[in-house]
Amino acid sequence: PFCALTRPLSAIACLLQTNIQSDCRWYSVSHLSVKERIEKKRKAAQMGGGQKRIDAQHQRGKLTARERVELLLDPESFVETDMFVEHRCSDFGMEQDANKFPGDSVVTGRGRINGRLVYVFSQDFTVFGGSLSGAHAQKICKIMDQALTVGAPVIGLNDSGGARIQEGVESLAGYADIFLVHPSDLPHHGSLCILTHLMLCLQDTSYLFITGPDVVKSVTNEDVTQEELGGAKTHTAVSGVAHRAFENDVEALLYLRDFFNFLPLSNQDPAPIRECQDPSDRLVKSLDTVVPFESTKAYDMLDIIHAVLDEGDFFEIMPTYAKNIVVGFARMNGRTVGIVGNQPKVASGCLDINSSVKGARFVRFCDAFNIPIITFVDVPGFLPGTAQEYGGIIRHGAKLLFAFAEATVPKITIITRKAYGGAYDVMSSKHLRGDMNYAWPTAEVAVMGAKGAVQIIFRGKENQAEAEAEYVEKFANPFPAAVRGFVDDIIEPATTRKRICRDLEVLASKKQVNPWKKHANIPL
Amino acid sequence: MSMFQKTKTARYSSCRSCAVTSRTPYSTVPSEKTFDKILIANRGEIACRVIKTCKKMGIQTVAVHSDVDSNAVHVKMADEAVCVGPAPTSKSYLNMDAIMDAIRLTGAQAVHPGYGFLSENKDFAKRLAAVGVTFIGPDTHAIQAMGDKIESKLIAKAAKVNTIPGFDGVVKTAEDAVKIAQQIGYPVMIKASAGGGGKGMRIAWNDEETREGFRFSSQEAASSFGDDRLLIEKYIDNPRHIEIQVLADKHGNVLWLNERECSIQRRNQKVVEEAPSMFLDADTRRVMGEQAVQLAKAVKYSSAGTVEFLVDSKKNFYFLEMNTRLQVEHPVTECITGLDLVEQMIRIAKGYQLQQKQEDIPINGWAIESRVYAEDPFKSFGLPSIGRLSQYQEPLKLSHVRVDSGIEEGSDINIYYDPMISKLVTYGATRAEALARMEDALDNYVIRGVTHNIPLLREIITHPRFVSGDISTNFLPEVYPEGFKGHHLDEDRCRELLASAAALHVTSQLYSHKILGTQRVSSAPMDQNNWELCVELGQELHDIEISKSGNSYIVKVDGGQVEVCGDWNLASPLLPLTINGTCRMLQCLSKESSGNIVLQYMGTLFKVRVLSKLTAKLNSYMPEKVSEDTSSILRSPMPGTVVAMSVKPGDTVADGQEICVIEAMKMQNSLTAVKQAKVKSVHCQPGETVGEGDLLVELE
Repeated sequence: PFCALTRPLSAIACLLQTNIQSDCRWYSVSHLSVKERIEKKRKAAQMGGGQKRIDAQHQRGKLTARERVELLLDPESFVETDMFVEHRCSDFGMEQDANKFPGDSVVTGRGRINGRLVYVFSQDFTVFGGSLSGAHAQKICKIMDQALTVGAPVIGLNDSGGARIQEGVESLAGYADIFLVHPSDLPHHGSLCILTHLMLCLQDTSYLFITGPDVVKSVTNEDVTQEELGGAKTHTAVSGVAHRAFENDVEALLYLRDFFNFLPLSNQDPAPIRECQDPSDRLVKSLDTVVPFESTKAYDMLDIIHAVLDEGDFFEIMPTYAKNIVVGFARMNGRTVGIVGNQPKVASGCLDINSSVKGARFVRFCDAFNIPIITFVDVPGFLPGTAQEYGGIIRHGAKLLFAFAEATVPKITIITRKAYGGAYDVMSSKHLRGDMNYAWPTAEVAVMGAKGAVQIIFRGKENQAEAEAEYVEKFANPFPAAVRGFVDDIIEPATTRKRICRDLEVLASKKQVNPWKKHANIPL
Repeated sequence: MSMFQKTKTARYSSCRSCAVTSRTPYSTVPSEKTFDKILIANRGEIACRVIKTCKKMGIQTVAVHSDVDSNAVHVKMADEAVCVGPAPTSKSYLNMDAIMDAIRLTGAQAVHPGYGFLSENKDFAKRLAAVGVTFIGPDTHAIQAMGDKIESKLIAKAAKVNTIPGFDGVVKTAEDAVKIAQQIGYPVMIKASAGGGGKGMRIAWNDEETREGFRFSSQEAASSFGDDRLLIEKYIDNPRHIEIQVLADKHGNVLWLNERECSIQRRNQKVVEEAPSMFLDADTRRVMGEQAVQLAKAVKYSSAGTVEFLVDSKKNFYFLEMNTRLQVEHPVTECITGLDLVEQMIRIAKGYQLQQKQEDIPINGWAIESRVYAEDPFKSFGLPSIGRLSQYQEPLKLSHVRVDSGIEEGSDINIYYDPMISKLVTYGATRAEALARMEDALDNYVIRGVTHNIPLLREIITHPRFVSGDISTNFLPEVYPEGFKGHHLDEDRCRELLASAAALHVTSQLYSHKILGTQRVSSAPMDQNNWELCVELGQELHDIEISKSGNSYIVKVDGGQVEVCGDWNLASPLLPLTINGTCRMLQCLSKESSGNIVLQYMGTLFKVRVLSKLTAKLNSYMPEKVSEDTSSILRSPMPGTVVAMSVKPGDTVADGQEICVIEAMKMQNSLTAVKQAKVKSVHCQPGETVGEGDLLVELE
């Protein structure tokens, strides 16, 4: 299986050399009894690539594969599989005992996070730089198969020399090397692995790219550092590949434990409900004044989101990418919900290519895993301009529209202020089968802002200010939408939490089936 | 835009008026007819305070507001509201034309000015008089007479009020100085006539020091100001700021309503006030009261007013100035006398006589007022902070607590106005009782979204010097010469904090297991009852063993054992705990997955990190985050406007040289370099608004 891989191969080859020179021999077999040999192998497996490499790993500020597993899972819940598996390569001296490590370069098994079942694999950088081998891939596939049969998620902790992906929690979809090893098996598992869609990475130490800086230089003559090309900052703020970055291993794993609690075990399960100490009928007085008096003034949508949620606990996804839309997970009266909100603080909360794609992906994630979607709308429209049009804003904007339209989970929408034009339609409007759509008294559901509208309607005419005032009086309020039934009610902002919690209770039994098709044809 | 505003204003007026049914206005004194409608030319807590009394008296109220205040509490409380302009005070709350328009528009018969803004503006009083609207305050001549510092001193002297003894002329020789000093009485202060900033200023306690002081001061004055003329006046050592509240009607009756002690100040602004003062005996109080009455009579004062005195360590008191308005700290007087000063002001303005005689004015118990400000007390005892009150709960569930505030949850504290959040008043039969209630009230006060000065307030009111009454206007710099650093935890308190944090952490871990309903794949219950944790506080790590039984935890920490009991509601900002049998109110400000917890304990915020022992061990491998070299970058210490930028890239600045000036809440703050260096880059320009922590200038 290695033959298809050029990078891991070279990585192994060079590690191989250093290994031959070293004289560690933990498990030379012969005169020992089977029982002793078992013990010996187990011990060796615990040590991965040996103390020296473990120390080196620590010096780099990283944890070992086993330490990571220990931290991620509940104490003493880890049940390991394939501890005795060894690689089967016989080229370049790999067949020597010194180059065989029980368990090979990945630790696999199952365990519990806050009592809930999870399968996990953790690549061991101390063994051949965590690089892929046939055995390595086989181990991963084995736990995936099992996870599929019981309907439990898989978390992968990546630390592999092959692609230099440090510490990612991700599914296999993003990891090209694994596809190469077992191309036919993996798409299967990907569909079950709920963390497929999420990749967390580490600041300063995570790098991820298709081709490294050297190849980039030789092919395109572009000078770029690892960090610039595929560092955590690049992927969380520019490319949108990674969903969140953390300071270090420990922080990432602690956050992951809490995050795991939001998600169902599989797409067959309902979103979990945790006991809730925050009263579901709590009135949130601060919301009555959150929208500023001037409709052009910005405010922070996160103020609304934090105030409404259970205990203000919000796990934001992609907080540094396309910041004009906010997405993340939270709970309402204990139920997991997905939150989508326009962010007036950034680019007036408009929809552009990146924010549309970010939103669409999140909405589909929620729909795939039975998580109700709460949408807070304050959107002035799509971002105009050639950059956006040439980039295909129509196509990308349609992704968000498509995602909201096809989603069959409960959908509750609150229009806090602007809901203009096509962007209003896109944001989980009634027209896209929103279950409950509310408007705050500050809502303005209209085709566009008064100024722009008047400039078009009364082009070249005088008294534009007067016309503008008339437009404001007519359209810059929730009534035009309310009289047509496009919003179900106009609500006092303070009651928002109460209303959402009550609706979620009712919508818990919502059943909606989309017409049969092989798969939907989202405008990719 | 303007059109839009007008519609809003109109909408307000109409819906507000219909909410109140018309009835004959009467004051709380039966059969006394009073005003039908009063306009309150102020904002914030004082506007709300006045509206409350108006409501009690059945008087309709009109609020004025700037556009950013259109959602403010005083606007909601009033029957009608009129927008008088944009945010800057000069264009709204000080905009006499707009306020006069509002009076005409609403038909208000009288105006209560509150404090600040137009409250001591004689032109405003005159304009009101010209249109026949009553100004609820003294007559213009009293405002004028007391508004001028020199004139007011002369009037006070003539009215036989103690003023600071001093020599009005210029001192010529050292022997001259000694003679004058002896006349005044030691200690004396010798200061440069042209002086300022402490230069050319000497304190002398005897003849010898006077001669020396004369020599030094004249030299210093000559070199600093090119003017060696000197003045001598009485030096007030350890001065206390004690003021007398007076109440006078238009018929020549004047009462003194006892004193308020306002010695705890920073930058000449009062922070904690109380009534009565621990320092005054009945005789001194009476003499001070009588002198205050003499002064009020001398200027034919009517309405409520305050005569401020400085009192030295030997209980000599000297007139400072008279404030011809309702004072911020008036609630403490109301608490001990039972009078509603606003009601009295309205009655007096309407022409009624005072109903009380001097002997009717009691001192009932003790009242303390803490001024709760949106400011960071760790920076010069308080630099303004702004923000949105994301969570706000006044401690009104406690008894004997009064909170005067003009904000609510969701309100914005912005750079345009005074950053006061509220006046927190507690009272009791004794001072100790009032202080204990203040401690409780401060612990129960939930303020999120802005930095506030509760840490400082709580330290002041529990400080042994304050508790014993040993205070002066120098209290803060004397007690915290290095600046305020927050509560210092002793060993026991530290253990309590660590134990509480550990218990909170375990509670939240257990809570994470509480998934409801039956699940397809069964969950493993948490059957642990003992945990080994490691808590980081400051730079130190503490090993902790904690075990749970019911709602209580037994925590072994640093060789001691602590029992922590509580309801453990993780959704509530307040965390009422019983620690080793003592009730303690903690607050949890944040709790992150990373184990970081921010707790408010003893008023101060403490950041701790709770990790399992294993996690803590693994965490030691994590690289330490390199903190920014703060000597080469200048960040804005507070939100505000850049008014001056004194450097440009390439300039070399010396240690201590001014780099730029930031104005916030009418205060100019000069920011200086902390080392000599070349300016690398400048990130802001004069006129720009900057937030707290924004990068201003980078040095090389």
